[in-house]
Amino acid sequence: MAQAGAAVVVTNMRWLILFSLLLSYLPYGKITAAVLSPDRVDVLYHSYDGGGMRIDGPAILLRKKTSETLAVSAYYYVDSISSASVDVMSTASPYLEKRKEVQLSLEYLHDKTLMDISVRQSDESDYLAKSINLNISQDTFGDLTNLSVGLAYSDNEIKRNGDEFFAEQSQQYRVRAGISQILTRNLSMSLNFEAVADEGYLNNPYRSVRYIDNSQPAGVGYQSEVYPNTRNSFASKISASYYLPYRAALFVHYRYFSDSWQIDASDIEVSYRHPIADVFEIELKIRHYQQTQASFYSDLFSYRDAQNYLARDKELSEFEDLTLGLALTYLVPKKYSFGDLRSEASLQWDYIKFDYKNFRDPTAGEGIGTEPLYGFSANVIRIFYSLYF
Amino acid sequence: MNKMIKPILLRTLFCCCLLSVTACSSLAIEPWVKPYERQNLADAIMNNNRHPIANMHIAHVYEARESSRGADGTGGGGCGCN
Repeated sequence: MAQAGAAVVVTNMRWLILFSLLLSYLPYGKITAAVLSPDRVDVLYHSYDGGGMRIDGPAILLRKKTSETLAVSAYYYVDSISSASVDVMSTASPYLEKRKEVQLSLEYLHDKTLMDISVRQSDESDYLAKSINLNISQDTFGDLTNLSVGLAYSDNEIKRNGDEFFAEQSQQYRVRAGISQILTRNLSMSLNFEAVADEGYLNNPYRSVRYIDNSQPAGVGYQSEVYPNTRNSFASKISASYYLPYRAALFVHYRYFSDSWQIDASDIEVSYRHPIADVFEIELKIRHYQQTQASFYSDLFSYRDAQNYLARDKELSEFEDLTLGLALTYLVPKKYSFGDLRSEASLQWDYIKFDYKNFRDPTAGEGIGTEPLYGFSANVIRIFYSLYF
Repeated sequence: MNKMIKPILLRTLFCCCLLSVTACSSLAIEPWVKPYERQNLADAIMNNNRHPIANMHIAHVYEARESSRGADGTGGGGCGCN
C-alpha cells in the first residue's frame, strides 16, 4: 500500500512537471480576439428507466459573464433513484435514494488563453464526493489549433446505510490533455487523452459475489466483494466534426480505454444533425460500446475466498451496449421567448441495449451457473429549455 | 498493466507538449484556413457542446453503467452510482 502510494505520488509529480512545462509557453501565442461563450440558463428534466432502476430529477445550469474576460457558472443536479436492479434483487432489497450535485465554476479569458476552475460536490446518504477541477486551453497557430490541459482531484467518503461504524475513503486524480485542429473549411478534428488514478476503498459496500457452496440448500453462498485499493486508467479519444454542404453536421468519435484491472474498452459514436425549416433541428445518433472483464471478476466463484480480489459487478464483466438516439430542438422565435431573448426547447431520447457476456441472471430460477445471460434495455430522456441572454 | 500505462501516458503528454510547442513556434507554416473561410465551422449546427447540460447527463449515465471513463470532455467525477 505504501509503495503503491509512493508510485502514485511520483507519477503525479511527473505529470505536474509536464503540466508546468506546457503552461510555461502558453502566454506566447499570437494575439487575436477570443471571446467567452454567451450567457445562458438551461433547465432540464432527466429520466433513466431500465434494468429495474428508475432515476430522474431536475438540473439547472446558469452561466453569466461579469465582464468580457470573466464568467461564472453554477450547476445543480438531482438524481432520485428507485432501484430494484438484478444484483440488488439477488442479495438485497429495493431501495430509494437521492443524490444532489452542486458545481461552481469560474472562467477567465486572457488574450487567447482560457482558464477555468470549478469545485463540485456530490452528496447522497452513503457517498460524499468533493472535487476540484482546473482546465487551461489556448488558441494558437492562427486559431487553427486549440491546446488544452486539465487536472482534477476528488476526495470521496463512503458509508454503508444501516452500519454506523462503516467509514471508508478514496481519492481520484485526473490529468487530461487535448488538441483540436481545423483541417479544412469544413472539417475539424480533436485528440483527447485522460489518465485517471484511484486509490482507497473502491468497492461497492453492499455488493456480494457468489460461489458454489454445497453445504447450502440453494447450492450457493455469498461473500462481500474485495477490490484492489488502486486503479489506474488511460483513455484516448479521436473526434471529427464535418460540415455538410447543405448545412448539416456529422460527428464521429472513437475512444479507446484500458486500465490496471485488465479492462479494455472501446466505443464509437456517429451522430448527424440536420435543420428543418429554420426552427427545428433533428439529431440522430448511434453508439456502440464494448469492454472486456476485470481480471478478478467472475459470475460464480468455485469456492469461498477463491482469490485475493473478488468482484461480481456487472459493470466489471464482459459486455457490450448499443445506443440509438433521437433529439429534436425547437429554436423558439424571439416573439414567443422570454423578453424577446433567443431560446431553444429540446427533447433527447436514447435507447440503450445492454448484453452481458458472462453475467447471469440469478433471479431466473434455473440451476446455479446455468441461468440465462443477463441483458436489459434502458430509455434515457432529457427535456430541457435553454435561454440565451 | 500499470507499468504499461505510465510510459504510455508520459509519452503521450510529452508528444502533446512537443506538438503544441512546435505548433506555437512553427510560424513559418501559414494557417491554411483563413478566418474568413471558417463560417461553416463557426455555424451553430457544428457546435458539439451546444447543449452542455445534456452532454453532462449522458456522460454521467455512461460513466455509471460502463467501466470506461475519461477523455469525454465533460470533466467527470465521483459518485456512488453503480
